[in-house]
Amino acid sequence: MQMPIPDASVIERKDQIVARLLAVLPKDAVISDVVETRAYECDGLTAYRCPPLCAVLPSNTDEVAAVLKICHELGVPVVPRGSGTSLAGGALPTADSVILGVAKMNGVIETNYDDRYIRVQTGRTNLSVTGAVEANSFFYAPDPSSQLACAIAGNIAMNSGGAHCLKYGVTTNNLMGVTMVMMDGTVVEIGGAYMDAGGLDLLGVICGSEGQLGVVTEATLRILPKPEGARPVLMGYDSSEVAGQVVTDIIKAGVLPVAIEFMDRPCIEATENFAHAGYPMCEALLIVEVEGSDAEIDAQLALIMEIAAKHNPVELREAKDADEAGRIWLGRKSAFGAMGQINDYMCLDGTIPVSELPYVLRRIGEMSKEFGLDVGNVFHAGDGNMHPLILFDANKEGDLELCEEFGAEILKLCVEVGGCLTGEHGVGIEKRDLMHVQFSAADLEAQMAVKDVFDPKWLLNAAKVFPLDASEPRRVA
Amino acid sequence: MTPTSEPELSDMIKAATGPLRIVGGGTRPIGHVVGEALSTAALSGITLHEPGALTLVARAGTPVAEIEATLATQNQRLAFEPMDHRALMGTTGQPTIGGVVAANISGPRRISVGACRDFMLGVRFVDGSGNIVKNGGRVMKNVTGYDLVKLMAGAYGTLGVLTEVSFKVLPAVEAQTTLTLSNLDDTTAIRAMSAALGSPFEVTGVAHDPTQALTHFRLEGFAASVAYRADALSKLLAPFGTMQETKGDWAAIRDVTAFAGKSGDVWRISVKPSDAAALVAKIGADTVQYDWGGGLIWALCPAGTDVRTAMNSTAGHATLIRGTGQTFHPEPAPLAAISTGLRTKFDPRGILNTGIMG
Repeated sequence: MQMPIPDASVIERKDQIVARLLAVLPKDAVISDVVETRAYECDGLTAYRCPPLCAVLPSNTDEVAAVLKICHELGVPVVPRGSGTSLAGGALPTADSVILGVAKMNGVIETNYDDRYIRVQTGRTNLSVTGAVEANSFFYAPDPSSQLACAIAGNIAMNSGGAHCLKYGVTTNNLMGVTMVMMDGTVVEIGGAYMDAGGLDLLGVICGSEGQLGVVTEATLRILPKPEGARPVLMGYDSSEVAGQVVTDIIKAGVLPVAIEFMDRPCIEATENFAHAGYPMCEALLIVEVEGSDAEIDAQLALIMEIAAKHNPVELREAKDADEAGRIWLGRKSAFGAMGQINDYMCLDGTIPVSELPYVLRRIGEMSKEFGLDVGNVFHAGDGNMHPLILFDANKEGDLELCEEFGAEILKLCVEVGGCLTGEHGVGIEKRDLMHVQFSAADLEAQMAVKDVFDPKWLLNAAKVFPLDASEPRRVA
Repeated sequence: MTPTSEPELSDMIKAATGPLRIVGGGTRPIGHVVGEALSTAALSGITLHEPGALTLVARAGTPVAEIEATLATQNQRLAFEPMDHRALMGTTGQPTIGGVVAANISGPRRISVGACRDFMLGVRFVDGSGNIVKNGGRVMKNVTGYDLVKLMAGAYGTLGVLTEVSFKVLPAVEAQTTLTLSNLDDTTAIRAMSAALGSPFEVTGVAHDPTQALTHFRLEGFAASVAYRADALSKLLAPFGTMQETKGDWAAIRDVTAFAGKSGDVWRISVKPSDAAALVAKIGADTVQYDWGGGLIWALCPAGTDVRTAMNSTAGHATLIRGTGQTFHPEPAPLAAISTGLRTKFDPRGILNTGIMG
């Protein structure tokens, strides 16, 4: 994985740049000490590290605007950072960049239950948005696995999803408005506490633009009334084909579960050893969750169990109470941790049409043998968003490279069957150089043209998303 | 011009020497576009329907009716309930899916499930330079690159001519019922609608008709569930009066047929529900209809009424759907600069639906 050569003329001017930033920010909001900047050298994709020139932690929109104005004037690259939980390297710095962290901006600005929205500063964590409204029986729907730590800023940048998006959608479907600072320091208000855009849907393109179009400092988010209740069932099957068919049959029957999660044997084994959730040892395990009143849940689960039973499950278990529901989810929620106990792992994020599931799983199994690396599959089956976890040993020479090569082959397979490289983690640096697999030159040109409008100098997080060869003429212009 | 393929469309756009007016079904003549007609009629047909994956892909010129009929065979539907403009606009023709997408058209169910743009998975289009571009795809979760799908939805053809669109579809429902409250003034009706939308009972339509002082609530799903929620909602809203089960003509609400054949300007106004009644009191409309729990106001006003000045500091936007005047709400300068910048990038010669959005 390559990064552009840092601009030496920027690095040389570090003292001048830091002095200018200190003129608009409190002293403790500018981190320029070489040791301290290492705290920002990577995000959740820890295989790649590079300390930034310096990091700034502004407290409000005005300070963000002041910082960006200075960086724009001085030609300094800026990498925005939420909580730094990106698995794609979205917040990986370059040596000539200023990290702009929004962590200090974590307040709630307004809650409105009649009109069903909350306005927050974007450094606020995902889970604490729900935390701010749950006493009134509301919640914020997108629920990425990292929701305890990840910031709304990062959710917006990556258009984050989660386990429950089959019913509730992802970030873009729950985002109503933003305050955003453009690279030149201009502050813009887009959307608000009303629905749909009056002109072009700029909010739609900003969400998921990986911090390349502006720094979002405040966001108006849709909040929803909490369902009366939710309950999962667990089912085990002897083959992934059959499990895939069960998913299809459930969807075709007109039930819309809030979540359908899938785990394969390697993943089940790992989580059982780790979490002891009492999962059956089988080829494919499904967790299906539905919502509503008790009676509604009973009715939906009866239909789902009937479908499940037709396919000869090795196990079919309905949660009778909260404790049993917790046990059903326990293994799934520990899956990543369990795999991490075995070895280092790389988590992929491609999406496939659900009908291609059996074929893709079979191919991944074959490739696992070819590459000599184990892989476990856990994913959101209702929407085809896969998370193959490839195990490797970071201390073993060449293993990371082999793992990356394997990962790239899996992602190419996802595209080949009609899917995409990333369903919810984002491109970042991780999938950047695979973008040619999914997109033609004209497709990429159209996307880069959008960045040209928002950030003509290509200073914001410019080494991400687009293959370096495709973006080079713009970055070095 | 009626291209039959993307390459042909690309050639036509490259060869164009003047403005082009993109035509789908011609049922929604909005704005004041000039230029040679460019029809998507020959770019028609459903290219993929995978019921188990809740996915449908169709060429832009495909009639909405054809899509709905195909989905119905598998007991599925376009959940965002696209409006049919023919009655309101006094037009004939067949609404096309490309037109629905180009204008991001959604009906009453938008309040609970999302807008047209929220159900879009991918687009193919030809931009103003003749480049053939794809974005998104046919899978439900996709954050690969920028989301130009959203940008194309509601761009009214100014960024490119849509050739193919893909959607997430949803199962049709087993049962539906409408409960209606009577004799509420606008402010109280909006409070009742907000209470319903803030409940866990999943109302999928909430509309208020001030002319008849009727406030409608729609529930959908499995029969037993609908019955349970109807009972629960009636109890919750008891302070607003007794709810009666009614027929609930949601197609009429969706299509604003109450304004059909009546003269005057038709405005479509998006605001915060709690701002809606006060705004309606200011705009001087002959008739209004509230949808989306008050978040959407349809207003029939005397010709030339300046709704936007009345909005003043009210957050939101007003679109002139029928009448002469500026169609779209003017944007603040920095946003207008971005929008103009995008249109210039995607259509450097300014030939696609020129002037429709500014």
